[in-house]
Amino acid sequence: MTGFLILATVFLVAGVIAVPIAMRLGLGSVLGYLIAGIAISPVLSALHVDVISIQHFAEFGVVMMLFLVGLELEPKMLWDMRRRLIGLGGLQVSVTVIAVMLAAMALGQPWTIGLACGMVLALSSTAIVMQTLGEKGLTKSDGGQAGFSVLLFQDIAAIPMLAVIPLLALPELAHHAADAAHSTGSDHGTSFSLVEGRAGWQVAIITFAAIGGVIAAGAFLTGPLFRFIAAANLRELFVATALMFVIGIALLMTLVGLSPALGTFIAGVVLANSEYRHELESDINPFRGLLLGLFFMTVGAGVNFDLLSAEFAPIIGMTIGLILLKALVLLALARLFKVSGADKWLFGLGLSQAGEFGFVLLSFTVANNVLPQDISDRLLLVVALSMMLTPALFMVYERLIVPRYIVEEEREADEIESHGNVIIAGHGRFGGIVNRMLRSAGIETTVLDYSSSQLNMLKRFGVRAFYGDATRADLLHAAGLETARLLVVAIDNRHAATELVRLARNTHPELHIVARAVDRTHVYELYQAGANDMIRETFDSSVRAGRSAFEALGMHPFVAEKFCEAFVKDDRSVLRELADLYTPEAALDLDSPYIARAKELMTQQGAQLTGRGRAFRERSDRGWMPPMPQSNGESAES
Amino acid sequence: MAKVIHYYAHPGHRHSHTNKAMWQAATQIPDITHVDLYAEYPRHQIDIDKEQQRLMDHDVIIMQFPLFWYSSPSLVKEWIDLTLERGFAFGEGGDKLKDKVFALAVSTAGSQDAYAPDGYQRLPLRAYLVPFEQTAWLTQMRFLAPYVQHSALQTNPKDHSDGFSKLITALRDDRLDLDAASRAEILTHTTLPIKEA
Repeated sequence: MTGFLILATVFLVAGVIAVPIAMRLGLGSVLGYLIAGIAISPVLSALHVDVISIQHFAEFGVVMMLFLVGLELEPKMLWDMRRRLIGLGGLQVSVTVIAVMLAAMALGQPWTIGLACGMVLALSSTAIVMQTLGEKGLTKSDGGQAGFSVLLFQDIAAIPMLAVIPLLALPELAHHAADAAHSTGSDHGTSFSLVEGRAGWQVAIITFAAIGGVIAAGAFLTGPLFRFIAAANLRELFVATALMFVIGIALLMTLVGLSPALGTFIAGVVLANSEYRHELESDINPFRGLLLGLFFMTVGAGVNFDLLSAEFAPIIGMTIGLILLKALVLLALARLFKVSGADKWLFGLGLSQAGEFGFVLLSFTVANNVLPQDISDRLLLVVALSMMLTPALFMVYERLIVPRYIVEEEREADEIESHGNVIIAGHGRFGGIVNRMLRSAGIETTVLDYSSSQLNMLKRFGVRAFYGDATRADLLHAAGLETARLLVVAIDNRHAATELVRLARNTHPELHIVARAVDRTHVYELYQAGANDMIRETFDSSVRAGRSAFEALGMHPFVAEKFCEAFVKDDRSVLRELADLYTPEAALDLDSPYIARAKELMTQQGAQLTGRGRAFRERSDRGWMPPMPQSNGESAES
Repeated sequence: MAKVIHYYAHPGHRHSHTNKAMWQAATQIPDITHVDLYAEYPRHQIDIDKEQQRLMDHDVIIMQFPLFWYSSPSLVKEWIDLTLERGFAFGEGGDKLKDKVFALAVSTAGSQDAYAPDGYQRLPLRAYLVPFEQTAWLTQMRFLAPYVQHSALQTNPKDHSDGFSKLITALRDDRLDLDAASRAEILTHTTLPIKEA
């Protein structure tokens, strides 16, 4: 127990210190984690920690990340990507594998080793690239999309690679087989499988059944399941369900010998249209972040500095050579697939490292007698170093390349803004009307509501709505608060509404916030929390009721209308005047200037209401009074 | 018998006395449609279909309002802008108002003398009503001389409102000499060209 606590403390302290510093220096979180990992590596080796096994645990963060990526990607978008996914991804993997193989053979290695090296090094780091793209807001850019296509293909390609590698076994390494298979194979080889030892057609049926099961479960099971969970109204149950979902799929995929990342990615795509999408996103996201952070730290901690200092020049040379080689292949493919401008460089530099899957393949190759241990150790360093250089390459992209294409970048930014999102928090009688109005004008909205029965009703009417408590920062983030143009706060709990406005204003100073106010003092609270428009929920309808009363009593409808206008104007000026004097304390303190002024204004209004003041009526008639004094002035009015 | 629709527009109805007296007298007369525009559209949201149907259902349109700044109150302008659509009142297929009679009943605060070259309004009253006259012409309606009360704030409204009742009754009963009414410069309660039955 103490050992676990020490370990957790070491990792957490290192991350908490290093990452904010790295972010402040503009290095990005990935480099921060890597540096933290290097910094704690002496501590870890002193504690005799098995960094590699922690790394395998932390790789689950990649699985979660692909689930989240899938959530962002509707099936239609995935279908639109198919050309790039297969063409660009397939070419990148095959050309890089061959190029690395040739380079290895030129260095005097046999072709089997060359091919194994090619497969290990062709794969890029989904973890680093997607994390960095997300952080820099480049996921939706053309380069980011192309990069994602390639990464996705690589994840799929890793499966056949695992099948091919045993065929490359070197007879002279066979005598190591027993102990190697013992130490590495049992660590992350599948210890239990549904497909092992079955005929090819059986494997195929099981595999398709598993994928079909994931899709069917995502499409048909999640809705009822989440409604069932929502009835309990416990936040942690949602988190548990989301984790259960992701981990269960990962397990199923592992059992049938598929990539867990691929499985959760498919599940994510299936759920991209679900109303629980943002809820799932915000539940899984913290785990993804922590696990990936841990993963990056283990990469940093895993660098063998003894070996590095002993063979500094050749290893650095190989690393730089690898990055250059991969970047050249990527740039050539970018040209072929018409990724141009700054995006070409983002794509080329961003994916030029080797990835975490290289670690898995390396231990697998050693276990299968394909690579000798000494080559594997050096390749491990090359993979780790290339990953550590990636943040530097992103900085090159940002500082040197983007400025050259700045005009194009600006135009893109404008476009995103014009498609800015409208978020409606709360879809009851208030928010529902706002949503209907906006949608009838063709404006896309994102609706958040905490009532799953309400959402069910909405779904029947074809409204896109998401389940979740809108006052949670992570859910707002998932709904796209950072890029939203407008937030309509329509929830009926006054304190929650105020908190939501405050939260939204703090995260997004430019956002326009329209807020539903319960009453007058709530207007002040919302104003001070940063809302732009505070709308009292019953004020307008009450004024209309008053107008109907006027008309029912025989008042001319136009006069009734003018009275209402004057009343609203009066009320608003009182509201505005008192806004500056209002504080929650002043409302309770009988001697405060707020109460004093409120009393004064109420007396004035009271005089108008009882007919003792004429200002109100006269103002409602201004302009329609006869231009000259009338002989029988008063009687004409009655 | 002609079908007469009487439109009335006065945003300060409560303070009016000439127009209010006219309205009160006219609404006593049966078989005439009376519309208080400001009561019907206090928020200026004209129901175009309804107004066009009303016009098609009547032969004579008489519009009563006080002259504000050489024109009608704003709601009348809004009503004209929206109701007299292309294809309804003018343009291709826009002959729905053809051969109807269009008449105005206006009151002015200024005296008759003011509407003269040496008066402070400088031009005759009809010069300020040209937009309405042209509206009638373009929509193929017959425009009558306006029924006018000058010095409306100083005059007892009784005679004028009685005359107004006679005018619309005569229009209803086809007893107004339309040719004479078209030729006249203005009509007053003493100069109504009513044919004896």
